[in-house]
Amino acid sequence: MVPISAYLIVGVALFAIGTVGVLVSRNMIVLLMSVELMLNAANLCLITFSRSQNIMDGHAFVFLVLTIAAAEAAVGLAMVITLYRNRETINIDRFNLLKW
Amino acid sequence: MSLDLAIFVVSSVIAVFGAAMMIFQRNPVASVLYLILSLVAQAVLYVQLGAAFVGAVLIIVYSGAILVLFLFVIMMLNLRSSEDLGENSPPIHRFVKYFISILFFLELAFVIRVSVGAGSTTTAGIETSTDGLFGSVESVATLLFTRYLYPFELTSILLLSAIVGAVIIARRATADELPMKPDTPAEPISQNLNEGHE
Repeated sequence: MVPISAYLIVGVALFAIGTVGVLVSRNMIVLLMSVELMLNAANLCLITFSRSQNIMDGHAFVFLVLTIAAAEAAVGLAMVITLYRNRETINIDRFNLLKW
Repeated sequence: MSLDLAIFVVSSVIAVFGAAMMIFQRNPVASVLYLILSLVAQAVLYVQLGAAFVGAVLIIVYSGAILVLFLFVIMMLNLRSSEDLGENSPPIHRFVKYFISILFFLELAFVIRVSVGAGSTTTAGIETSTDGLFGSVESVATLLFTRYLYPFELTSILLLSAIVGAVIIARRATADELPMKPDTPAEPISQNLNEGHE
């Protein structure tokens, strides 16, 4: 018997690590992977609540989130490829043309 | 220590460890491999929560397709892991970022402890023996094709637009679209279509 708060704490910890990755990482691919990690942390919390309430709607939500994660990865990596082709780097500090 | 608790502790430690190692690797290939490790451990947690089918989909779709797409892009770009990735930023910036994230984690953990952890003894424990149809393929499919049929169909439009968008974005401009350089030979588009393959 594992309390559900333990699963939620794990999900929140993964989300916080994803936040650190988004804030700290300068590599655009690692940044996209951190976003994927945050989506997965939300999925873990959805599954946990679905189990604790004993209704399965959370599983359907997880499927929709997985679809969005796949679409986000495809479009994000296409943008990475285009940026690398134009600027020869994926360091996000170099992409500062719109920065005031 | 019961078996459930042991499985939970081991897999959650592996999940958090893999996630933490992911963001501190300089080599992006190592980051992808650590993320796969973390996802496999999270799939174990899913199975423990009775979501066996979703856990299998997590391994197949995430580790098998999405992260392999990441690996394809890393290999294709031929990234130098020694590239300067911002380690020379002032340490106060990094400290502020870690501090904000830790504060965020503590805040959410506090909310969970207040709202879920204390008092609610009815939902405090999860029986990990799955009862009947919970989490099976049949019940997930029944939900997706009855109550969530409309959002499920909308995801097909989302995936279609993502495919078209990825192909358009990653495509190299052809010669007739570059009036400034008429000497540029036309690139075969079929070479670039592979980039939006996912």
